[in-house]
Amino acid sequence: MSYVLLRHRDIADIDQIDVYEKNGGFEAFRQTVTRMKPGEVTDVVKASGLRGRGGAGFPTGVKWSFIDNKSWPHYVVANADESEPGTFKDREIMEGNPLQFLEGVAIASYAVGANAAYVYLRGEFWQIAEFLDKKIAEMEQAGYLGDKLFGTDYSLKIYTHLGAGAYICGEETAMLESLEGKRGQPRIRPPFPAVHGLYGKPTVVNNVETLTNLPPIITHGADWYKTMGTADSAGVKIFSLSGRVRKPGNFELPFGTTFRQLIYEYGGGVQDGRPVKAIMPAGASSSFIVADDKVLDTQMDYATVRTLGADLGSASVIVIDDTVSIDWVINKTIHFFKHESCGKCTPCREGTYWMSRLIDRLQDGARSNADVDLLLNVAKQMQNKCLCPLGEFSTMAVVTGIERFPQDFRKA
Amino acid sequence: MSLAKKYPKEVKQILSKYPPEHKRSAVMPLLYLAQREEGYITKDAMQDIADILDITVTDVGAIVGFYTLYHDKKEGKYRMQVCTDLPCALRGADQFMESLCANLGIKVGETTPDGVVTLEAVTCLAACDRAPMFQLQSGDGLTYYEDMTVDKTMELVRALREAGAEVK
Repeated sequence: MSYVLLRHRDIADIDQIDVYEKNGGFEAFRQTVTRMKPGEVTDVVKASGLRGRGGAGFPTGVKWSFIDNKSWPHYVVANADESEPGTFKDREIMEGNPLQFLEGVAIASYAVGANAAYVYLRGEFWQIAEFLDKKIAEMEQAGYLGDKLFGTDYSLKIYTHLGAGAYICGEETAMLESLEGKRGQPRIRPPFPAVHGLYGKPTVVNNVETLTNLPPIITHGADWYKTMGTADSAGVKIFSLSGRVRKPGNFELPFGTTFRQLIYEYGGGVQDGRPVKAIMPAGASSSFIVADDKVLDTQMDYATVRTLGADLGSASVIVIDDTVSIDWVINKTIHFFKHESCGKCTPCREGTYWMSRLIDRLQDGARSNADVDLLLNVAKQMQNKCLCPLGEFSTMAVVTGIERFPQDFRKA
Repeated sequence: MSLAKKYPKEVKQILSKYPPEHKRSAVMPLLYLAQREEGYITKDAMQDIADILDITVTDVGAIVGFYTLYHDKKEGKYRMQVCTDLPCALRGADQFMESLCANLGIKVGETTPDGVVTLEAVTCLAACDRAPMFQLQSGDGLTYYEDMTVDKTMELVRALREAGAEVK
């Protein structure tokens, strides 16, 4: 199978505009602008079953259809804030196949009637932002961006915007605050960005990988897209595989690939031939899956992974072997979330702080079952009380770690 | 000299990215510009940015304080920011960091006596498959160094020291 997203692995220099054009580049965008109404583009994307690749898995076409057509102008914001521990897929897309991503931004912009789009990159992607600026300038030169595109009345500008080191800005309303020049703290929803987004105007925020799927969906059609993947989760996904595997990396595979295939066939198996102890399928925000033969043979799609008591999220699969103790793992995740909590809502700000104090005390040798219970209690008290998913995410590994691997926490 | 006087072209280019009535959006790129020369943002530069954007210096300071890539104090010329987050740690990042500390003779958060390198532990940098890794931040921007060893890192530090000597 040839690549749908990571096409730079098949085609050398696809980041060059002439090479991209020779391989069908910008035909999808041309087709949408010259031959389709915005609503028709949305309908194709809805029919394709494409779901948001940033982690939430919300149907992309449906998200677009919420855009408020009574209020103008509209904006598209590409979420390139990739910061979930274990996730490194958007980076490879932007470094290797940037024009397909930018064409996706353009198609989404046309579909929701936006004449300006921003690519919000995490501050660490400084060099990628410079690279994208160059690509955007080349697209303007070639007539794919700017005024009256393809002889129509449609105009579009794309701009990059660098964040400056804040995981929370991956949350879409925090990202909009940040783009408005404020601290990246989430907004209370509703209203959702489709009604009240950037500068208070209707805005669609989509992940880089989601947007990169759009050109091939327009070119080959919704039915083609659905031939890949499962009924619940159409198409291909980039799985970022990390942790104790021999060959970590990005693997573009259809939904429905099993954990065993990903870890052993593509990832070369576990280091030193150890058994898999636990899997975190959605990075540091993930619940732990206790690995056994049945789990390893489970298909990776949104619905099936949920039956294992976890979410597939952004499909950042962190593999943990039997040399690793789960209390050490949650020490890492708790300190991550404590550092990244924006401080706006009390349960998250205080909860991550107290969880960090407790896990430090547990690991300092003064291990007591009462502290384990207290840690579990703090985590559960936070659940369903936080303003945005960050606080909730911080509790997933804590609760499932203690409940599913009690031997790594409790004294007999 | 004020930021607007020193970098008129850059300031204009940054402001052109955002609707004029929402120029506050330019605060983040302007802060990077202010950080370019010294690697940190001075009080005067914050006031310059506040003046350009018609916001208060407190607003600008709040942005500097919130985001980890902005600095309001002078540290080493280069900030070596090692990812010690979970996926990197599963591939030896903690041991790598310890060994770097020993080789540089400093603790995490400290700066080498010659002022060239400040060593920092940071959260995920989206390079989990290429650990151990770090980014090098200076006023000029950020560069990733991936699949690193302590030897390769110390070689880089030597090169930075030589380059730093010229600047002095």
